[in-house]
Amino acid sequence: MRNIFLFIRRYFTFLTFLVLQVVSLWFLFTYNRFHRAKGLGVANEVTGWFNSKYNMAEDFLTMKEENRRVHKMNDSLMNLLSANFLKTDTTTLLVTDSVPFDTLGHYRQYLYRTAQVVYNTVNAEKNYFQINKGSKDGVADYMAVLGSDGSLAGTVLNVSQNFSVVMSLLHIQNKVSALMKRTGNAGNVFWDGKNPHLLTLTGIPKSDSISKGDTVITGNYSESIPPGKMVGTVAEISKDEATGFYVLRIKPAANFQTLQQVFVVENLRYKEQHALLEQTKKEIDNPKQTNR
Amino acid sequence: MSDLVRNIIRFAVFIFLQVYVLNKVPHLHQYITPYLYYLFILWLPFSVSRMGLLIVGFITGITLDFFMMTPGLHAAACVLIAYFRPFIINILTPKDSSEFNYREPSPKALGWTPYLIYTFVLTLFHHSYMVLLEWLSFGSFLHFLIKVIATTGISMLMIITAELLFPRRLKFRTNTS
Repeated sequence: MRNIFLFIRRYFTFLTFLVLQVVSLWFLFTYNRFHRAKGLGVANEVTGWFNSKYNMAEDFLTMKEENRRVHKMNDSLMNLLSANFLKTDTTTLLVTDSVPFDTLGHYRQYLYRTAQVVYNTVNAEKNYFQINKGSKDGVADYMAVLGSDGSLAGTVLNVSQNFSVVMSLLHIQNKVSALMKRTGNAGNVFWDGKNPHLLTLTGIPKSDSISKGDTVITGNYSESIPPGKMVGTVAEISKDEATGFYVLRIKPAANFQTLQQVFVVENLRYKEQHALLEQTKKEIDNPKQTNR
Repeated sequence: MSDLVRNIIRFAVFIFLQVYVLNKVPHLHQYITPYLYYLFILWLPFSVSRMGLLIVGFITGITLDFFMMTPGLHAAACVLIAYFRPFIINILTPKDSSEFNYREPSPKALGWTPYLIYTFVLTLFHHSYMVLLEWLSFGSFLHFLIKVIATTGISMLMIITAELLFPRRLKFRTNTS
């Protein structure tokens, strides 16, 4: 017994070193697996406070660019106003009001919330940004985040009361379903961690005719990302010799370096869709337990 | 100014410099990430005990981690260099104890060559360990090697610049103090 105490006393520094290493690695690996760590919520509030102070100063420098984008967005929305269209037949007037659904069966599926980016990087292989809306404002995990011009920017990963952490499109573990706007073929967009100005799109068959500058939009098959939102435009075209698919380099529509105002999009039917999917998976995995 | 106050101010400056300046510079290259914050650990006074070094290192790392949303990554690397710092200082300082004349490691206290070796070895430890932990989740071995070399290079460049720009006016420690 005495020897054990002597041993501990002698190597106390080394043992502390080991303990701190294990704690750090435990933090690191649990975070990677579950995309979150214990106590990160509290830290999120603190770093969020500093980041929002910094952001107040930074806003002055990027405001002009941001204004231009918001103005463009407004312009496109103005064009959609019903006042722009002449109604020739007053007997078939279509009324759509803003409650979640009306008697004609118009359901609202996507709800948009505005938020401000308070911290953002593009240098790492795993880029995150922090926004100033949290669970108090209704933001939850896996919601999609769009830039101020309506282009896809990322997915919410972790939420505290007043702030949320968003996984940027520039994250090597990110994978988003997308499709070519012109031909309708679907594929996957991901980032290879190299150049923040280029994403990669795979899964478009070689039979498709692709030309530079073609628009890539978000696909219809995502649970959380609204379909038809701009992802980017084709910048380089190359063919994968081994498979029947193109490897396309995409210039992202969102400018990740100057991201300021964003929209957080909630799919109001996310729970139902997700539950159905999980239920189906369960039934396929354990066919014996279900009654047919 | 006492050592404690000086180091608390330094801690804040290094963390904010890393989070709001170095992490914000436009993307240079996929292999280059500028890191300077760990210079805080290299600059800690000689008088800090080994236990103290480990704890300060852990706090430094975890603070940066919470800003960069990578809990544990920098903390692990910082604890590693905090553990090896006393050994390397022991090897590099002559035994007639210039160590006791100055408060903290600096080119003046150790001499330029030993000081550069000291920073280079610890920089290499820090970056190798950190990039190794990143590499476990993705990337190839060549990617790992090039990234360690490139990041160490850029960090050494910044450390030398910092030493030339801000020569620390260290008081010669006398028996009375």
